[in-house]
Amino acid sequence: MSWWPVLALCASAYALKVVGLVVGERLDRETSERWSLEIVVVPLLAALIVIQTFTGGQRFVLDARTPALLVAAVLVWRKAPFAIVALAAATTAALLRLVA
Amino acid sequence: MSNDPIVRNALSIGVATAVYAVSFGVLSVAAGFSVAQTCVMSLVCFTGASQLTFASVIGAGGGVAGALPPALLLAGRNTLYALSLKGVVSGTVPKRALRAQVVVDETAAMAHAQPTLEAKRRAFDLTAVCLFTAWNVGTLAGAVAGRGLGNPRDFGLDAVFPAVFLALLAPQLRGPDAMRAALVGAIIALALVPIAPAGVPIIAASLAAVPVLLAAGRRRASVSVGQTPEVGR
Repeated sequence: MSWWPVLALCASAYALKVVGLVVGERLDRETSERWSLEIVVVPLLAALIVIQTFTGGQRFVLDARTPALLVAAVLVWRKAPFAIVALAAATTAALLRLVA
Repeated sequence: MSNDPIVRNALSIGVATAVYAVSFGVLSVAAGFSVAQTCVMSLVCFTGASQLTFASVIGAGGGVAGALPPALLLAGRNTLYALSLKGVVSGTVPKRALRAQVVVDETAAMAHAQPTLEAKRRAFDLTAVCLFTAWNVGTLAGAVAGRGLGNPRDFGLDAVFPAVFLALLAPQLRGPDAMRAALVGAIIALALVPIAPAGVPIIAASLAAVPVLLAAGRRRASVSVGQTPEVGR
């Protein structure tokens, strides 16, 4: 395998990150106070959660990840520590797959 | 273990990430990349979903022309994270250039889950260190050891990431605007899954933030036109 695909991916991945930072700083200078761009992260994370839970490729999938997310949601709501949330989600999915 | 919740959370993310890094290492070598190429990808690209997609498309015989566009679509959301992290990614130009490299899902989510700018910066840096170490050590282990390490799915690790992101999203859901943005974002993403290439649904979900931003801009404009000239710059 030649090196150029690796380098192409590396260069473009870094460029995409830098573009966001540079544009963010420009916007900051042009608008007064905080333009609360942080809100952008909220729909992105919500999308990431549902995509990682309910899809496989371009299809919708209902599997052990769904009950695992429900367990996680209850624990998050009960303000459980982060590691417990992660561990409970993994255990739920692993046990369900073991049983199935 | 530390008593500092930011350190503990960053370490938890690191552990789960390391396992995924191992599977990337295995996949990448199986796709025909050398161990050195695989490690350079993790060190320099440092964007998990893109690397996994890139290696699996090439492994499936898709070629570079087929592998690069989906990998870049998946990396595109890092631009939006970077946009949201102004103020958090700080320091001299070399420091910012270094921090730019570690703008990914986990660092952005951890930063924004914190209440103050100082805590956001700390969470960003600590998560970045844990994540970068875990991702690269795991990649090397997977690339060298190859198969036989088991499937992360068997340990339920594919369920860990949505759970972790939910825990990090929860503190950001203050007020109806944020709730609406989250809900609409999730709906946009799911609606696009069957028809759009991977990566696009998540980027498109950010459109759910536009009405909130516009409303905030209007509110601010009417306030500064109305009175309080001392806040104008």
